[in-house]
Amino acid sequence: MDSDLDTLPVIATRREEALTGLQKVVSNTLGWGRKWSIFPYPFVTACCGMEYMAMSMNRYDLDRFGAAFPRFSPRQADLLLIVGTINIKQAPVLRRIYDQMADPKWVLAFGACASSGGFYDNYAVVQGADRIVPVDVYVPGCPPRPEQVIDGIMMLQKKIQNQPQKLMDWQPAAAAGPAER
Amino acid sequence: MSKAVIDALVARFPGAVHDAYQGVGGDAAAFVEKGSIVEVATSLKADGFDLAPYITAVDYLGQEPRFEVVYNLYSTRLNTRIRLRVKVAESDPVVPSVTGVWRGADWFERYCLDMYGLTFTGHPDPRRLFMYESFVGHPLRKDYPLRGRQPILGECEGPQDSIRGPGPATRS
Repeated sequence: MDSDLDTLPVIATRREEALTGLQKVVSNTLGWGRKWSIFPYPFVTACCGMEYMAMSMNRYDLDRFGAAFPRFSPRQADLLLIVGTINIKQAPVLRRIYDQMADPKWVLAFGACASSGGFYDNYAVVQGADRIVPVDVYVPGCPPRPEQVIDGIMMLQKKIQNQPQKLMDWQPAAAAGPAER
Repeated sequence: MSKAVIDALVARFPGAVHDAYQGVGGDAAAFVEKGSIVEVATSLKADGFDLAPYITAVDYLGQEPRFEVVYNLYSTRLNTRIRLRVKVAESDPVVPSVTGVWRGADWFERYCLDMYGLTFTGHPDPRRLFMYESFVGHPLRKDYPLRGRQPILGECEGPQDSIRGPGPATRS
């Protein structure tokens, strides 16, 4: 059964993102490797954490998707799971953790509060984690069922596979050229 | 039991403690003059009221005096609760601190400072409790706007590592 992601029209690639044949093979291989070895960093701030535990334990078994092993250091993580309400006092912490993660990195907003602020429509809560960090997948629900989150992880896997992956994401300093413009 | 405590308090501090009544939950309550709250609290502490489980404030917008600080007290020895209410005018939102009597009143008074803008003289650490320092206004006041949104904090205003100091992102 096809999801919406499969039937979306192909978006024209920008010139700098265009890949040659060999690069495409490398990109597909890297994408395949990266999508099956997601290391999540759970940024758990609220009650969605209970559902995160249910999702990651053996009944729903996130290990089937290669994303079972939570790394509690942002340096070693690929996927930032924002699990719960983000209030304004906490927003700089979340931003710093996102900045500390090494590329390539993805973000999943887990639950209604992380996606949109949820019912905490007040002075203290950030109305959606995407005001702080770029979010790849939004999982609704208060809290979401583990099946929903697993669906979100599978959507993220599709997204990773279809992204152009490069062996080096950064440009070496010598190749970048002089800084004046 | 708590009625007897309040009656004894009214007899001991005539003028300072007044309008005693029986609260809805069965606990006796009384109004206390602002200037003598520390004196009354010290006396109650000596009588066995060793816990201040909850100190909060109320905003009666439109009434005069506008604010009220409510002290809920509990005695572990007598198994009794009483409630003291202190009226605070908006023009002079300053209350003597009872942190010298109950050490645990520290965070409750910071909460009242944060949410209602009441300042407590003699408080050892008068900072906001929940909101961040650059937050403008006091959100539990009735005249704080319902949709009162404030800008999201930048990196520099975030919490800093208390051991190693600010990180490289804040130096620049």
